[in-house]
Amino acid sequence: MAKKLKRKTQKVHIAFTLNGEPCEVAFAPHKTLLEVLREDLNLTGTKHGCELGECGTCAVLVDRKPVLSCLVLGLTVEGREVTTVEGMQLADGSLHPLQTAFADLGAAQCGYCTPGFLLTAKELLEKNSKPTRDDIKEALSGNLCRCTGYIKIYEAVELAAARMRGEAAEVPEEVVLGLK
Amino acid sequence: MRTVGERIARPDSLDKVQGTAQYVDDLSFGAMLHAAVVRSPLAHGRIKKISTAAARRIRGVHAILTAQDIPGQNLIPMIQPDQPLLAAGEVRHIGEAVALVAAETKSAAEEAARAITVDYEALPAILTLEEGFAKREIVQHWKLRRGRPCDIFSRHDVVVVENTYQTPYQEHAYIETNGMIAVPETDGGITVYGSLQCPFYVQKAVASVTGMKMNHCRVIQTVTGGGFGGKEDAPGLPAAMVALLAQATGRPVKYILSREEDMQVMSKRHPGKIVYRSAASHDGILLAVDVDYFLDAGAYATLSPVVLWRGINHAAGPYRCEHVRVDAYAIRTHKVPCGAFRGFGEPQIVFAHERQMDLLAERIGLDALQFREKNALETGDHTVTEHELKESVGFKDTIIEVRRASNYDRLKLEIEKSNGARISENPPNPKRRGLGWGCCYYGVGLGARGGYLNPAGASVVISSDGSVNVAVGTTEIGQGMITVLSQIAADALGCPLEFIRIMPPDTSRVPDSGPTVASRTTLMSGNAIADACRQIKSRMAAVCADYDFSKIIAEMKSQAVAASARGETHPKSDFHRIVTSSYTPSNRASGHWSEEAWLWKATIQRCVQNMVQLSAHGWAVPPQTTYDGETGLGDVYVTYSYSTNLVEVEVDIETGETTVLKVWTAHDVGKAINPQTGEGQIEGGVVQGIGYGLLEEHVLATDGSKAATRKTGKGGPFPPGRILNDQFSTYIIPTPMDIPEIHSLIVEHAFPYGPFGAKGLGETPIIAVAPALVNAIANATGIQLREIPATPERVWQALKQEASRRTQQSPRRSRKAASAI
Repeated sequence: MAKKLKRKTQKVHIAFTLNGEPCEVAFAPHKTLLEVLREDLNLTGTKHGCELGECGTCAVLVDRKPVLSCLVLGLTVEGREVTTVEGMQLADGSLHPLQTAFADLGAAQCGYCTPGFLLTAKELLEKNSKPTRDDIKEALSGNLCRCTGYIKIYEAVELAAARMRGEAAEVPEEVVLGLK
Repeated sequence: MRTVGERIARPDSLDKVQGTAQYVDDLSFGAMLHAAVVRSPLAHGRIKKISTAAARRIRGVHAILTAQDIPGQNLIPMIQPDQPLLAAGEVRHIGEAVALVAAETKSAAEEAARAITVDYEALPAILTLEEGFAKREIVQHWKLRRGRPCDIFSRHDVVVVENTYQTPYQEHAYIETNGMIAVPETDGGITVYGSLQCPFYVQKAVASVTGMKMNHCRVIQTVTGGGFGGKEDAPGLPAAMVALLAQATGRPVKYILSREEDMQVMSKRHPGKIVYRSAASHDGILLAVDVDYFLDAGAYATLSPVVLWRGINHAAGPYRCEHVRVDAYAIRTHKVPCGAFRGFGEPQIVFAHERQMDLLAERIGLDALQFREKNALETGDHTVTEHELKESVGFKDTIIEVRRASNYDRLKLEIEKSNGARISENPPNPKRRGLGWGCCYYGVGLGARGGYLNPAGASVVISSDGSVNVAVGTTEIGQGMITVLSQIAADALGCPLEFIRIMPPDTSRVPDSGPTVASRTTLMSGNAIADACRQIKSRMAAVCADYDFSKIIAEMKSQAVAASARGETHPKSDFHRIVTSSYTPSNRASGHWSEEAWLWKATIQRCVQNMVQLSAHGWAVPPQTTYDGETGLGDVYVTYSYSTNLVEVEVDIETGETTVLKVWTAHDVGKAINPQTGEGQIEGGVVQGIGYGLLEEHVLATDGSKAATRKTGKGGPFPPGRILNDQFSTYIIPTPMDIPEIHSLIVEHAFPYGPFGAKGLGETPIIAVAPALVNAIANATGIQLREIPATPERVWQALKQEASRRTQQSPRRSRKAASAI
């Protein structure tokens, strides 16, 4: 790690996998992963809420595990696999069931905390395809939201999980009521 | 088809779930500089000298500005002209801005800000409301006089309850902190992009400090990560800062506050103190209230006068009460200025009156619910300000709905039984359940003191393909405005929803439409849109009435199908969407609209061919309101929304910890334009209310406070008045683990003036939650808290006091019992 440090520019150069694609980037070594993503890679979908590791807003997946990108140095992801909200779509370009469910149920209000919730929930559903409400609460307990009161977020995770299990391919009746 | 009343998914959520929504910090402009602010470490002091020489030598620094460099007025215009942008001569609260820096990078700007040294002479600071009141530092005093309360209180046949209540600061805790970018325009104007609720307030602030005409100061709201009132008045400050720096440097300037900075210096809910005396008859009629209501305004008036005014107008709650005396004061202290926060002066006084209602009920021997029902406002009744309620009074129905949904009467018995059983367990189970009520009403819109801010405008422009641009002056802050106004526009025009686009709010598109506050957006912007749509519809009718569109439609269809077959239409084009019903953004089939969409497109085509003006400006002015400054009486708001909450809690009497189990919450909103966004408002508001009631408060340094600052790592005393908990690890908001079952119930007593009968819903959900929680804690444990938040520490202390009071009393009681025998 940091082998290619150039003293003159004080930049490090690393290679890692970003949203399924190989990625190389050079940045000042003190930068957090959050700063590297937003400032050097122009991926602004990952938001900053506190930059103290307290709100979960900046969560991304590193090797499929949720990580607070404001607390880890960009350097630490060398050779690893990073997923941000920009990389959540399925291979065919359609939205991830979590994204669809969040949109359908109004689980994103101001939307600022949404990417962090989505990625944290994505990891949960990969581990546990049929989470209980308590499993969801616990998995998301590091993420803060001030708009929704969390209820619609739980419901969206449950809906996405059901759809991913193939149980309910359609949006529940009440949700599409207005679209009929 | 009609969309109003349906669960339409939010059109803006597609960008939000993909991370493509552009919040202010996601924007960049060429040659953009970054700002940092030098702030006062003292609550009160005189500035003796500001040395900037060292800071100017730092590489990349482009501008350093102090009060004397402001070309316009050093004033953030709000209600009273008292708040400078940059302290001139004197600092009046910790965190007050003293100097501004713009530099090539954020770190250079911050380094320069640290290199600026300011010599202060400390002055005595007023840090408590009581001290401010004693020194007559009164920002505003409102009175309310109705009937003859003295006569009631001197009667011997009434039950009187008197208490003093305290409520804390509350932090908005929007997840996106405040932030602004100013961009100098080639024609000499400045465009400000930012996270904000009220573009026209920001425009005034920018014009004030830059000295530019308002038509040169353009404000565009970026996607905003939560507001709750915190981005009502306060964003004028960062906006004015970046505008000045952009003006001085000729380059775009960005300023995003850190979480700690935002918590230290931006506005909050006013701490309150309420001395409340109520009288009721023995048969349960609320007769009189006598109240002194104090709010800690902080160093500047900001919106305190109107926050206080809303509080006084709702002083006795949604109940009949004919004899009233209220004096309300906003007190100036040397602390951070407080401002707007969801509920706006009501949550403080509602906490007091809803506690009083429970205590009165207990003294009278009535159930808390019965006592409320007996006094509940109904059509034909008068509010505390003598406003006769002629229509749309759904309060009783909110009570009925909650009672029905919760099965209250059975639940109450079940809880009593379960508590009894827990006490007799061996060892005794320390958890006690309890139920608590909290009710409120909320005057929708700005009311009689809103003046010129009351009206709202809208611009509706239909393009030749049938798509519609709707511009309004109010903002989406997560509450669902885009969704609800899209529905209103679609139904008012009679076009499919997908043709509507609500434009990002921009001061250059519509006239001053007032602020996005006071649960007024659906009502005022909705009516302005409806007004514009009516004008266009009547013009359309002139050429379309009785016209047979079938031929045009058939022609358009065959053209579209042919084009599609030739592969000439882009898969995402509007035409393609209508031809292929399989197009599904976020699994939402829009195919079922196709016939309606064809008709709409054909209609627009005919209007275009006949040179019909397919655009209009709408304007909405609310019905007349009145206010008498001497008595405080009048028809102060256009209408009221009503709300009832019942909460079930479980209190651990060994630890003092309260768990909220269930909440039933009913709201008379007139008409729910979209029940799904409505539920979002209710659930979010209730949870914010749980934070207010149980968790959230700011702790301020007193003389002896010592702690290490995170930034410097240096220990040492904090200056008195400094907020000690400025992070999410120390200022605790509800997390996913703190959420009860919430049953949202919507009651619809249509308001004839509102769009489709709608009133407002933004604020009622938060207002009466805290008293319901404290009432439930009292019901569970017998302790009567007069202060929130009901933290485990406070509950535990009160339980201890209650226990020692009981042990002191018990010998006396047994003596009495003995003598009775």
